Amino acid sequence: MSIPETPAPLLAVSGLESCYGRIKALKGVSLEVASGELVALVGANGAGKTTFLRTLSGVQPASAGQILFAGEAIERLRPEQRVRRGICQSPEGRQVFGPLSIEDNLRLGGYTRSAAEVSEDLDKIYQLFPVLRDKRRLAAGTLSGGQQQMVAIGRALMGRPRLLLLDEPSMGLAPLMVEEVFAVIRRLRAEGMTILLVEQNAFGALALADRGYVLETGTITLTGSGAELLQNEQVRAAYLGL
Amino acid sequence: MLAQFLQYLFSGITIGATYALAALGFTMIYNASTVINFAQGEFIMLGGMLAVMFQQAGFPLPLAVLLAIIVPSLVGVLMEKMVVEPVRSADTVNIIIITIGASLVIRGVVQVVFGKGAFMLSSFSGDTPVEIGGAMIMPQSFWVIGVSALVVVGLWYFFTRTLTGKAMLATSFNRTAAELVGINTSWVLWMSFAMSAAVGALGGVLVTPLTMTSYDSGIMLGLKGFVAAVVGGLGSGAGALVGGLLVGVLEAMGAGYLSSSYKDALPFVLILLILFFLPRGLFGSRQTERV
Ligand SMILES: Nc1ncnc2c1ncn2[C@@H]1O[C@H](COP(=O)(O)OP(=O)(O)OP(=O)(O)O)[C@@H](O)[C@H]1O
Ligand SMILES: [Mg+2]
Repeated sequence: MSIPETPAPLLAVSGLESCYGRIKALKGVSLEVASGELVALVGANGAGKTTFLRTLSGVQPASAGQILFAGEAIERLRPEQRVRRGICQSPEGRQVFGPLSIEDNLRLGGYTRSAAEVSEDLDKIYQLFPVLRDKRRLAAGTLSGGQQQMVAIGRALMGRPRLLLLDEPSMGLAPLMVEEVFAVIRRLRAEGMTILLVEQNAFGALALADRGYVLETGTITLTGSGAELLQNEQVRAAYLGL
Repeated sequence: MLAQFLQYLFSGITIGATYALAALGFTMIYNASTVINFAQGEFIMLGGMLAVMFQQAGFPLPLAVLLAIIVPSLVGVLMEKMVVEPVRSADTVNIIIITIGASLVIRGVVQVVFGKGAFMLSSFSGDTPVEIGGAMIMPQSFWVIGVSALVVVGLWYFFTRTLTGKAMLATSFNRTAAELVGINTSWVLWMSFAMSAAVGALGGVLVTPLTMTSYDSGIMLGLKGFVAAVVGGLGSGAGALVGGLLVGVLEAMGAGYLSSSYKDALPFVLILLILFFLPRGLFGSRQTERV
């Protein structure tokens, strides 16, 4: 049916719905991410971005729709089965295991991986975030917001993602820290990681992304390349304040 | 004077070790689910009763003890699967009431099968008391204290040194984040029920040669274990240990120096005092978001 030369996307979501009680937070979201792509999902407060990522990871039930990951329908799988297939998330608000050490947080990120993979990846994470190596015995809860964000991203990377979900990694960080987080995302992309990035900082996210989607009250209203969306009048007015 | 004090102290530590094991049981389930499992006392009772039953059935003592720990663990898992898991999304208070219901069922079944009588389990290494500083200590006391200490060390090792233990802790700190790293959190939940039941039953087995057991002996043991857990600070492992010993020693001293009729009242006076002056318990400083 499909045109042979376009390969099937790594992630293909169609008509995804999710509810909190009687409130429908996602009203039929369709979105695709191809292998190696960095896709940004932007939208105002309460648009449903977090709900979308939580539904992808399976910690929030879908009430309708389909999630195809690497060709497999995964919307009925438990969260840990999705992690094993390579969907790893750095959640909104970081959600580190506060009383546990940084290293324990990272090791738990590799909970589904073999011991050999974990010790190999631990080294990579410490190269990516050298400050975490120095503080690896400290409780993650004692770190600054920026460092906790590094732990959250590192923890997601420890799961060896085929698709990395990042929920507002720049939220509440000082400008310098925001730069650093975006630099890390750029570097991961350069290494070929497939990333779905959710941001309220639409400008930063779209400037970085291959493609973007705009989510408004549970519905995708716009989509296009990052550059196109940055030029779009609607987007500029609503999200960039231009 | 000193001999008498030592006598009370030892009996306090012995019974306190049992309370500590019960309190650790409350702690593990509370951490995994924020549920207070009021059937914890029944696991203690089951341990003692089953050890007696298996021994009378002719099993050698080590095997009888092992079975008396395994069977309550299975009951714990069954209870989690059939009673707690199906109402996962219900209010914590409702689940707590359900655990009270489960405890009534367990107690009722045991009463029907074994009757209302008291049962005795023979001591593990005889009944010749050992003299320490003028106090006469039953050999079984050393079993209770020694094995409890081993269990405490084992649990400490499990929760601080193994990835599986840390995954259980992580689930208690942040369930959603635990699911996002691939931890099967429903496994954590039934595992915590199995471990709590096993630890409680072990306490019951160990103490039965000193106290005897009957279908309703879990009520007081469970309540005092609960007091110990709250006094120590609900959710804290070290708190459960200290709380258990404190309740046990206080009770023994009260019974010895005041009157044995105060024995059961003192722990509850203690819990009121602690909750008044230290609402989070002795070790309950941790403040984490529970999701
Ligand atoms: N736990 C919840 N219970 C009830 N309603 C919720 C819950 N979480 C989110 N909602 C509602 O669902 C809608 C989508 O919320 P969501 O958190 O997914 O938005 P978001 O785009 O991530 O917003 P933000 O930019 O603030 O993170 C909002 O209307 C919100 O009020
Ligand atoms: Mg959000």
